[in-house]
Amino acid sequence: MEPAFALAFGVMVAVAAYLVMSRNVLRIVLGLLVLSNAANLSILLAGRIGERTPPLVADGDTFIATSANPLPQALILTAIVISFSLVAFTVVLFESAHRRLGTLDTEAMREAEPRDDEPAQAAKRPKLVEEPA
Amino acid sequence: MMNAHLLLTLPIAFPLAGVALCAMLWAKPGAQRIVSLIASFGLLLSSIALLAAVHDGTVLATQFGAWPAPFGISFVADMFSAAMVLITGLMAVAVGVYGLVGDAKAREQAFYHPLYQGLLLGVTGAFLTGDIFNLYVWFEVMLISSFGLLVLGGTRAQLDAGIKYVTLNLVATTLFLMAVAFTYGMTGTLNMADLSRVLPTLENQGLVTTVAILFLVAFGSKAAVFPLFFWLPAAYHTASAPVVAIFAALLTKVGVYAIIRSFTLLFDGDAGFTGPIIGAVAALTMVTGVLGAAAHFDIRRILSFHIISQIGYMLLGVAIATPLAIGGAILYVIHHIVVKANLFLIAGAIKAAGGSFELKEVGGLYRQLPFLSVLFLIPALSLAGLPPLSGFWSKFVVIKASLDAGHVVLAATGLVVGVLTLYSMLKIWNEAFWKAAPEGAEAALKSWRNDGATRVAMLVPIVTLAAITLTIGLFAEPFADYSMRAGEQLLEKSAYTDAVLGPRSLAEARP
Amino acid sequence: MNSLILRTTSRAVLPAALLFSVYVLLRGHNEPGGGFVGGLIAAAGIAVHALPRGRDALMALLRMSPKTIIGIGLVLGLAAGLPALLMAEPFLTHQWAFPGGVALSTTLVFDVGVYLAVVGSVLTFLSYYLEN
Repeated sequence: MEPAFALAFGVMVAVAAYLVMSRNVLRIVLGLLVLSNAANLSILLAGRIGERTPPLVADGDTFIATSANPLPQALILTAIVISFSLVAFTVVLFESAHRRLGTLDTEAMREAEPRDDEPAQAAKRPKLVEEPA
Repeated sequence: MMNAHLLLTLPIAFPLAGVALCAMLWAKPGAQRIVSLIASFGLLLSSIALLAAVHDGTVLATQFGAWPAPFGISFVADMFSAAMVLITGLMAVAVGVYGLVGDAKAREQAFYHPLYQGLLLGVTGAFLTGDIFNLYVWFEVMLISSFGLLVLGGTRAQLDAGIKYVTLNLVATTLFLMAVAFTYGMTGTLNMADLSRVLPTLENQGLVTTVAILFLVAFGSKAAVFPLFFWLPAAYHTASAPVVAIFAALLTKVGVYAIIRSFTLLFDGDAGFTGPIIGAVAALTMVTGVLGAAAHFDIRRILSFHIISQIGYMLLGVAIATPLAIGGAILYVIHHIVVKANLFLIAGAIKAAGGSFELKEVGGLYRQLPFLSVLFLIPALSLAGLPPLSGFWSKFVVIKASLDAGHVVLAATGLVVGVLTLYSMLKIWNEAFWKAAPEGAEAALKSWRNDGATRVAMLVPIVTLAAITLTIGLFAEPFADYSMRAGEQLLEKSAYTDAVLGPRSLAEARP
Repeated sequence: MNSLILRTTSRAVLPAALLFSVYVLLRGHNEPGGGFVGGLIAAAGIAVHALPRGRDALMALLRMSPKTIIGIGLVLGLAAGLPALLMAEPFLTHQWAFPGGVALSTTLVFDVGVYLAVVGSVLTFLSYYLEN
């Protein structure tokens, strides 16, 4: 199974790299999602795949001899929670940026770092979205 | 005498309580201010207690939840991390007081205090944790708080900057997470002390070096080194003055801390390969940063590029990795945090008194405010490395270490970049303080003179930090001595691993 | 999002989700479940209630800001760890008491804290979406 998972990991990272390098912010969000899922997959792989016994101690026993590695699940759950909140924040940010800047194209977003040849860009650019007063 | 559990918990508990209580009181900005200041002072006091306990070379460790290492999550304080926590506490108070004025009302509407405490929580946790996955979690706590702080005002420039900042930092932390996964796959452990013992015993050392480079890329993005720094100059200058001051003081330094920690404790096995890479990165970081600064006329953008350039000096120490060089890097980090935060605080004061961050729109401040001018010169000349200020000694140690190790090119780069830094600082001096005031600058000056509360809240932190810079410069001996011993402690890994795992090596006990 | 089906079914879903979430929360100590899952179930139930009705209905249901709920959750999480420090044990070492055979522990306080923090953060994001 490992080679298949490793291949899936590689494909996901490649897809994510392609999407993140896009100029469209929507694709960037999707790329970040795929990338974080690839990271989760790599944690799963790092814990080794194979053992089918769940890591639960049966009633009356005090320990189990062999079981699946429970730690990757805990790590992945933590990572999922974190990436969930980060992506939720990112979506809210991109959505409000879209509303205020009127574009989804990162190349067209030059508010923070204006080009040298257009110093007064904020005044010159046609306002696609009205600024709130 | 407090026990180790309490000493290691309090610096984390204070900002956590700050986040929690400020979030509960989200509709009452006045109460949030008090809570936030108390939490910051608590962090400062508990970090002083922590430093007092470890300054003689002892390493404190605790296992949260009493799960024994290496299975539970360890928290460790050695001389290096205790110094970093102390400087964090100092910045928390200084910037916290500064942040009470200016656009404080607008910031507080936008959840400023909980995010500010969240940032401190993430930074402190990252300095104290002894578990590599837990380090990732603290990075994320720090990151999400910094996202919120960056876009606090919701202006167009901040949203644009936020997109770039968020995207590049998310990619970097995800790489960090993957590197953690690979480390776990190789070793079956995440405890840094345990990793330090297990990693050299692995058969496949090539894989260890590969993962080390992956960590270097991830931490390097956080530390804003060449060529991974682009998020920093795209974002920092859009945030408000206290926010950018605390960012400049702490965020990149957590990346530097992580690089120093991982390349002394974990990945020192292949220094012949990683050393030259870090050295080249350090030199290029110094040069690109200082050249970027030369091109700009917005004070905050100049200072942002200088953060990058200064990170290079710290990495120089890591690249050379002699006790003197590591000690120099530590001294550099401590000096730099104070100086850089202070420069951004002064930039905020220039904006308040002169009306703008844009150098072409301000001037004549020396005639009007000679006191502020002197206050600017102290951190500015220290940043450039002029004696007898703190920057001189830290540059001196780092460059001496590189000469001792025979890295003449790196040392020469450091000296030239110091001169170019002086050029940028003099540019700010000439434009903002020396040249005649432009038309229409009187309004801002008048409001500065009339608003006593703003003056006091801005100048007290600036004076305090300038005094610390002078102290490090004039009485360098104890600071240098502490840094050198901290550096030796880092390279002598047994103190750290013994404190966490006990003297018996678990690596030996493994089959 | 103002669909009749969602609006009608949510009347049944909300109480069921809240009840179930508390069950999952309490069950969590010895069996699968816990504060995180419970909090997500509760937040999902509240989201189903709020989506067709809008932000004002959400605030009316909660009677406080979701940010306050996050704060309460974090305070509980921190408070659960502190008793251990008084006993000179590491932070978050959980303490147990059995008054009259009922097992009381700081783990439950911690789990309730997680529950509230999850509910609060999910609903904070939801309230941002509903604002539009």
